[in-house]
Amino acid sequence: MSGHVHRDDLGSRLGMWLFLVTEMVLFGGLFIGYSYMRYRYPAEFHHGGMELNATLGVINTLVLLTSSLTVVLSIVAVQRAEKQRAMALLSTTLGLGLTFLVIKGFEWSAKFHHGLYPNSAHLATLPPGEQVFFGLYFTMTGLHGVHVIAGLSVLSVMLWWVATDRIRQDRYIHLENSGLYWHLVDVIWIFLLPLFYLAA
Amino acid sequence: MSGTHATTPEPSYLVDTGTRTGVMAWLTTTDHKRIGLLYLYSMMTFFFVGVGIGLVMRLVQLTTFQKLVTAQTYNAMFTVHGVIMIFLFVVPGLPAIFGNFFLPILIGAKDVSFPRLNLASWYFFIAGAILAVLSLFTGGGAPDTGWTFYAPFSLKTGTNVSLAVFAAFVLGFSSMLTGINFITTIHRMRAPGMHWFRMPLMCWALYSTAWIQLLATPIVAITLLLVILERFFGIGIFDPAKGGDPLLYQHLFWIYSHPAVYIMILPAMGAISEILPTFAKRPIFGYKAIAFSSMSIAGVGSLVWAHHMFTSGMSGMALMIFSLLTMVVAVPSAIKVFNWVSTLYKGSIDFQPPLLFALTFIFLFCIGGLTGVMQGALAINVHIHDTYFIVGHFHYVMFGGTGMALFAALLYWFPKMFGKMYSKKAIYASWFPMFIGFNMLYFGMMILGMMGMPRRYYVHLPQFHTMHVIATVGSWFLVLGLVIFFATLIYATFKGEKAEDNPWGGVTLEWTIPSPPPLENFDVIPTITRGPYHFEQEEHP
Amino acid sequence: MNDTLHSHEAPIEHPGYGTFIGVWLLLLLLTGCLVGLSHVSQTYAVWGLMTLTPLKAGLVFYYFMHLKYEGPVFKIVILVTLGTLLIFFALLFSDVAFR
Repeated sequence: MSGHVHRDDLGSRLGMWLFLVTEMVLFGGLFIGYSYMRYRYPAEFHHGGMELNATLGVINTLVLLTSSLTVVLSIVAVQRAEKQRAMALLSTTLGLGLTFLVIKGFEWSAKFHHGLYPNSAHLATLPPGEQVFFGLYFTMTGLHGVHVIAGLSVLSVMLWWVATDRIRQDRYIHLENSGLYWHLVDVIWIFLLPLFYLAA
Repeated sequence: MSGTHATTPEPSYLVDTGTRTGVMAWLTTTDHKRIGLLYLYSMMTFFFVGVGIGLVMRLVQLTTFQKLVTAQTYNAMFTVHGVIMIFLFVVPGLPAIFGNFFLPILIGAKDVSFPRLNLASWYFFIAGAILAVLSLFTGGGAPDTGWTFYAPFSLKTGTNVSLAVFAAFVLGFSSMLTGINFITTIHRMRAPGMHWFRMPLMCWALYSTAWIQLLATPIVAITLLLVILERFFGIGIFDPAKGGDPLLYQHLFWIYSHPAVYIMILPAMGAISEILPTFAKRPIFGYKAIAFSSMSIAGVGSLVWAHHMFTSGMSGMALMIFSLLTMVVAVPSAIKVFNWVSTLYKGSIDFQPPLLFALTFIFLFCIGGLTGVMQGALAINVHIHDTYFIVGHFHYVMFGGTGMALFAALLYWFPKMFGKMYSKKAIYASWFPMFIGFNMLYFGMMILGMMGMPRRYYVHLPQFHTMHVIATVGSWFLVLGLVIFFATLIYATFKGEKAEDNPWGGVTLEWTIPSPPPLENFDVIPTITRGPYHFEQEEHP
Repeated sequence: MNDTLHSHEAPIEHPGYGTFIGVWLLLLLLTGCLVGLSHVSQTYAVWGLMTLTPLKAGLVFYYFMHLKYEGPVFKIVILVTLGTLLIFFALLFSDVAFR
């Protein structure tokens, strides 16, 4: 309706950052809940953490860190008008993101196989603190997984737009903003790794 | 600046100029003014549904009408009344209606930073509203937990809590997106020369509100999400049977829901700060003090949440800290009240309906605010916790405060929004029943609370009956006043006289453009050279 | 208000591939340290969590998310957010820790 053309890249980035603020607080709420419960049940959380497969957690960290790198490099490539390279880098990110999800899937199914899932008969026999630990584990990694899927969907659109030149050297704000989102997903995982796999 | 529309006038934003016409033109608009009106119409509808439910709840307390509803329905009614009034009316109220309509105009911009996102926020709002309505008729029936959805009852009840909670989640999304839009708009879209301290105070209020929306809403989003996950998968975080802790629910819920109170009241205070200088014909007293008090209310107000939980079994340390912080937050609120009163002092007061409602706001807000400080004291709180005193108190703040300020803002900006003027006599006539009824109803509730009447009870003991009758009769007066008020305004949109561009003699930017404003607000973006409340006669007495 | 177009007129400002690859290597190294610490003892693991994890997140924010190249508004936004979360955390623990 209001037909004026208005372009403000800095404003768009600011808007994106403000959106990321809400994401940070969303997960922040969960982290606060985690600390609250961990303070109440230190021994149970330690025992729960032993059940998790730290190797898979670390591998997934490396996968996500690398996918973050390829996104940021694809922006450099677009800035330098290296379209083919930008597309290759973005595709790598998508591949790594999927790898992350597959590894996560194996991890979850192993837990299900051992009867460690909310409301399971086996979990009900464990001490209350461990039930809460696994409740938090599934909630937080699950919500993070949803964000990974959202990020991958957005990045697929970006790949398409790079291919069709909607994103190019003089106009790449959408790629930058999607990249910001993907990095935030990475940062959240950076915190999840020690909370559940290493220091619990 | 008054010469901006001297040549051929642009068509007003109410005229369809695009390819679409009629309802479709409204539903696909990205014009901030039309979106503001979409919010206005939808919110007023929800408001009257909420009022209707409130009226029936008062009738139930007259024993004669007790048979009207069952106890279970009564539980559902106070839940739905709360959900509608809070999530669909007061939280989005002023920012979504007047923030959308006037923020860009007040800072000299053609629209907000993200117009399409703005429309999306309205659709999220409507989607949330529809889900909330659906939750009443589907699943196990209307939720009966109270609007606070306290665990563990909300985890166990057979009623349709999941959908109602999801509705609140979606509404939170709408609120956050509006917040993102406003912050970016204020940072990026100010007209040349519009420094931070040349912005009208409404903008400061909206800016601080937007920050609370951003920093607090996600917390309630995750909390409500956890309730849904708990109900579907039994993750056990709030469930004491599985080692969870209902107190964690209360903490997380109030980390948002107390700041939400400031989301509700800050824009109301902003509107009052616009209205008073216009009718006192002098600059606002203590501009910076009011601007900074908005920011500090937003800051300190986010740190007082646990005063809702004084009887929940928190640690003594937390009780003391939160009691102290609660007292502290009264300071910036009082700063505002003193500045408003000082603005009126020695002004050449032009008494008009918006000023009457603004003064009503100050009076009722002071009662609401001071009873709030009372409850911040631990010993008193234990006595009146979960009684009608609380109900009376928050209606003074939310309805007497935000509600009256919303009415004042509506009266103030109505001629600008619609280009029509309402009957001032009819508005004065609506004020008397509204004011008398309001005080009978809610002061009556506070007395009942002091006597020991608990909130949310379907029946009451005989000794409370007289006050209940007084309160119920008050509710009839209140509704009578509301009906006259809105009938007057609706009549005016159709048959009102044409309003002047500047009927009140205001000096902020919205009064320099035609009523109703053209599609792009300004022909030429104005250059600002002075502060917002610059009255000539004050400069040369 | 239109200081946005500068970044397009002067592409020289943009950091190259090298910077980011360097940061990535540093991130991998820090992850290695974190894992190593967690094998030493529980105490070390918690210390690693409290120091190395924020450092890693900081590196991602500062370089990958281009915070280094943005104006002060962006940095203030992040600091306000983190500060708010920290205060929420502290106030919540005024309850839990003293119960």
